[in-house]
Amino acid sequence: MTSAVITSRSPSGDAIVATTPRFRSLRIYLAEAKYELRKQTRIPAFMIPTIGFPIMFYVLFGLLMQHGNKDSATVATYMLATYGAFGVISIALFSLGVGVAAERGQGWLAVKKASPMPLTAYFTAKYLTTLAIGAILMLLMCVIGAVFGHVRMSAAQWTMLIVSETLGAIPFCAMGLAIGYLAGPNSAAPVVNILYLPMAFLSGLFIPAEMLPRFLQGFAVVLPPYHLARLALETVGIEPASHALVHIAALVGFGALFTVIASIGYHRDEGKTYG
Amino acid sequence: MTHTIPAARLSSASKTYDDKIALRDVSLDIGPGGVVALLGPNGAGKTTTVKLLLGLAAPTSGSVTLFGGDPRRASSRQRIGAMLQVGKVPETLRVSEHIDLFRTYYPNPMPTAEIFAAAGLDGLGDRKFGDLSGGQRQRVLFALAICGDPDMLFLDEPTLGFDVETRRSFWEQIRAFVSRGRTILLTTHYMEEADALADRIVVIDHGSIIADGTPTEIKRRVSGRKIHCTTRLSEDDLRAIPGVTQLRYDHGSADLVVADAESVARELLWNDESLSDLEISGIQLEEAFLALTQSVTQTPEAA
Repeated sequence: MTSAVITSRSPSGDAIVATTPRFRSLRIYLAEAKYELRKQTRIPAFMIPTIGFPIMFYVLFGLLMQHGNKDSATVATYMLATYGAFGVISIALFSLGVGVAAERGQGWLAVKKASPMPLTAYFTAKYLTTLAIGAILMLLMCVIGAVFGHVRMSAAQWTMLIVSETLGAIPFCAMGLAIGYLAGPNSAAPVVNILYLPMAFLSGLFIPAEMLPRFLQGFAVVLPPYHLARLALETVGIEPASHALVHIAALVGFGALFTVIASIGYHRDEGKTYG
Repeated sequence: MTHTIPAARLSSASKTYDDKIALRDVSLDIGPGGVVALLGPNGAGKTTTVKLLLGLAAPTSGSVTLFGGDPRRASSRQRIGAMLQVGKVPETLRVSEHIDLFRTYYPNPMPTAEIFAAAGLDGLGDRKFGDLSGGQRQRVLFALAICGDPDMLFLDEPTLGFDVETRRSFWEQIRAFVSRGRTILLTTHYMEEADALADRIVVIDHGSIIADGTPTEIKRRVSGRKIHCTTRLSEDDLRAIPGVTQLRYDHGSADLVVADAESVARELLWNDESLSDLEISGIQLEEAFLALTQSVTQTPEAA
């Protein structure tokens, strides 16, 4: 720390001793991320639904109900990809999107904003925490799938599945923020609930998109979760890996779009108060 | 030439939310040094003033500076601390963790032990925020506000909802902090709180400053008592009684604000033997503000 100490002079001539801004700034980012992760993982009401529900669905529909099915390993692999997507998207929308909306509505964000903390540190910590919890969820689901569902893949596929699902949560973090800023702090949770389940269903996260009526199948292409699910299915070898780049491009595009919407919402919100 | 830059300055600052004017053309210099209480009823513009000074909202017109600079700059924010009204603070973090995190935001934070002592949190470091009492929670928010060893401290309704004892012990902490030569801006709607802590009171209502002076000066302006009664006397009769500064009259039910309650009461009883429901009470601050605002705004509205 001593090596990073510099001495400068303020316009009024007082000597200021401070750590270099960049070094201090990095410390803020790290501390913010560390405590955000601690804060989130200590909330049982958050960890049980976000980690528990996708695992429960996976065990129930992907493993238990496939007992005796000769294709059970294939189904277990398929659903590992789709319920994995369902899980990481839930974490992004609820923990990040609804979480930020709540902290904004309750005035906690204002306390942070009044401090010298760079606002990007706050959002970066939220994103990193979402990714960390998403990675934990995927690890657990992979272990369950391999042990109880007899899912067999190469080491590269396992790694790619966890990486793609985890990073695939990023556009949904932006989506959660966009919803939170457009709907307002009190409406964020109900709006996410109303949007997410139909969107997940139409994207083929619960039953394969091919099994949906034809007119709905065309609709899936414009839904972001569809692309994450497809990407994951290509990663695990269920779908031929021919459109991976298209799905990645779609996810990046949606991420950019939601980031723009969230930032418009953020600027519109500046200076407004919510009860 | 000695030219001191005020710690905080509003220059002809106005703030409009949608169509509602929250602050109109307010100019105010605060510090350096001393405790200023911003006093006013709910919705008067106190919190808006604080938000503008903290850079949490931009003025619709006019300008706002902290130590001569933009409040939004990190270099301005490093010199201040703010205790705001918060509905909910993350409850799963421990007191020491909250403080540790806020200390990283500042280049020269106050030592942790000093923060704990100054906020009266000794022994509570391991408690999770969610397990604290209301008074303890406010102390943590106070602790977060002083983490950066600030030159200026903002306290927005710091003791709202406190019982008398907790409030007094909290005042002691604030006083101890002030004695180190800092600037404090306190918003409150408790006259008692402003009186106990401030050496200057700025009264604000309907978005405008309506009084600015020492506690003694302000109290002199809002002194008086309130008389309520049911009487046969007419509105004009009541108005004619010497010492009545304000009157609200509705079908025999009268509310009077008076300078000398005893003599006015004697007069009332003398003139109306059937007078009933007589009540004499101290003026609530809110009513005092009303008296102040009406006297100020009547002229332009009548024109």
